[in-house]
Amino acid sequence: MEFVSHHAILVVSVVKIAVLLFIVLTALAYLTWFERKVVAHIQSRLGPVFTGPHGLLQPLADGLKFMFKEDVTPPGADRFVYVLAPLLSFSLAITALALIPFGPGTISILGQQTPLAIAHVSLGLLFLFAITSIGVYGVALAGWSSNSKYPLLGGLRSSAQMISYEVSLTLSVVGVLLMAGSFDFDSIIQSQSGRWLGFIPRWNLIPQIVGFLCYFTAALAETNRAPFDLPEAESELVAGFHTEYSSFKFAMFFMAEYANMITVSCLATVLFLGGWLSPLSSSWHWAWYLPSLLLILGGLATIVDGIWKMRGLARVILPFMGVVLIAVGLLCTRPGVIGVVQGPFWFLLKVFFLLFFYVWARGTLPRLRYDQLMDFGWKLLLPVALANLVITSLVVLLVNR
Amino acid sequence: MTLPILLFFVFAGIAVGGALSLIFAREPIHSALALILVMVALAVLYLLMGAGFISAVQIIVYAGAIMVLFVFVIMLLNAGVENRTQHSIMARWLGIPLAVFLIGDLAYWMARGAHALPLAERSGSLAAGPVSTQDLSLHLFQSYLFPFEITSILILIAVLGAVVLARREP
Repeated sequence: MEFVSHHAILVVSVVKIAVLLFIVLTALAYLTWFERKVVAHIQSRLGPVFTGPHGLLQPLADGLKFMFKEDVTPPGADRFVYVLAPLLSFSLAITALALIPFGPGTISILGQQTPLAIAHVSLGLLFLFAITSIGVYGVALAGWSSNSKYPLLGGLRSSAQMISYEVSLTLSVVGVLLMAGSFDFDSIIQSQSGRWLGFIPRWNLIPQIVGFLCYFTAALAETNRAPFDLPEAESELVAGFHTEYSSFKFAMFFMAEYANMITVSCLATVLFLGGWLSPLSSSWHWAWYLPSLLLILGGLATIVDGIWKMRGLARVILPFMGVVLIAVGLLCTRPGVIGVVQGPFWFLLKVFFLLFFYVWARGTLPRLRYDQLMDFGWKLLLPVALANLVITSLVVLLVNR
Repeated sequence: MTLPILLFFVFAGIAVGGALSLIFAREPIHSALALILVMVALAVLYLLMGAGFISAVQIIVYAGAIMVLFVFVIMLLNAGVENRTQHSIMARWLGIPLAVFLIGDLAYWMARGAHALPLAERSGSLAAGPVSTQDLSLHLFQSYLFPFEITSILILIAVLGAVVLARREP
């Protein structure tokens, strides 16, 4: 007990980690649902509808299915590496989120003032890149240890792709670093506060639009998402590096992919979209009630939908969810709470927006051929990112003179 | 025992264990994995000394870039289990004395230097605490510009060499 009372920061960190893990794992599950729904509607289908109202229980059903499937290890596989690969993929993807600040200032947990991030590291950006740069091992080792030709080819392809695009990804971010002059996420966000001409927020998105486009494209490739999902091109490689994986090990790769999507979107929000800064003028006091308004409207829509359009159990579940949403919305108007929710609200809204772009890209764009992928990465993306870097340095030099 | 010391022993143990399994593993990819483990453990040790920047760069460059290429090559060649040879005569007779000498040497200098300043105070602002991009670039592009340029030329030569070797006509 003495150890704990002397190291209160450890206890607070464990609480924060538990809360974030719960939120992220739920978000991961519902991101799959969201993706299936959005892609389905893009393709004029309905997506999951039978498991629960609007298919809302589909992630739960998927999770249970994964857990109860037979866990096969292919003969001749390197058992240790075969088990290590999905663990590495998933844990690294989750760890990266520990560095992201979700809101400004500090909140009080167990009497300790603590920032709205698990770890506030002054070299945040570098450590985030350190964590994501190890992520490639999960894919490469999975491909190698399966002792099978499709995973091996998929793993090789995927590691080559991730290494190639990591260069552009890192270079496209340096422009932001030059403008902020710091590796610290909080300083990077603070450097984007204020407005041009009194109404345009000073986000890095506008001066660094080229950097943002490079970043987002490279991020699509880095997370192995369509249209760069070559490693799992099913017409050529069955399922790429995770062909031989089944049961929960497969689920871990799956979750790692979605966790990487969330991390990359969070990083884009911090670097280019002003993090937790509100796009609205701080003199508009009504803007503080936007989170509540959104939650209450969402709750009302859920109740209406549940009572008038659903049948059976959904007629009870959906209105109940609506009432919960309205209650949370009302809670967000309380004086102590309303200030705290502003930062996370805008942050999550921006992340959600980027995630929608991700899904949109998958629903719209056809997959590239492998040589097109490499050409695009090295001959277009890299030079553009480099030119952006040179021009940004020049402008920063002239402005600061 | 305070937390930093506890962490030091945990990660120093991991580093030593990783280095040993690097030598004793027979599967090349296990050796490569052990080397990655050593590098990550070393990065944590740098972090405990307050050298955050070096720690992050250690992971990005060594664990994230160089070792990926190692693993990549091992995968491409699909190298099998290595063959053990009879130990060479030199290793048999000189190995243990040399190892003892090396460890004794290190221990001697460490014992002598135990009262010296902690690393953060000795080696300037790069090792100590938070690093601004300005500090970093001043060190890299002014104080240490010449070594930096020499290193980049060295790497350029290596790249050129690789291109020449790869494009050699049969």
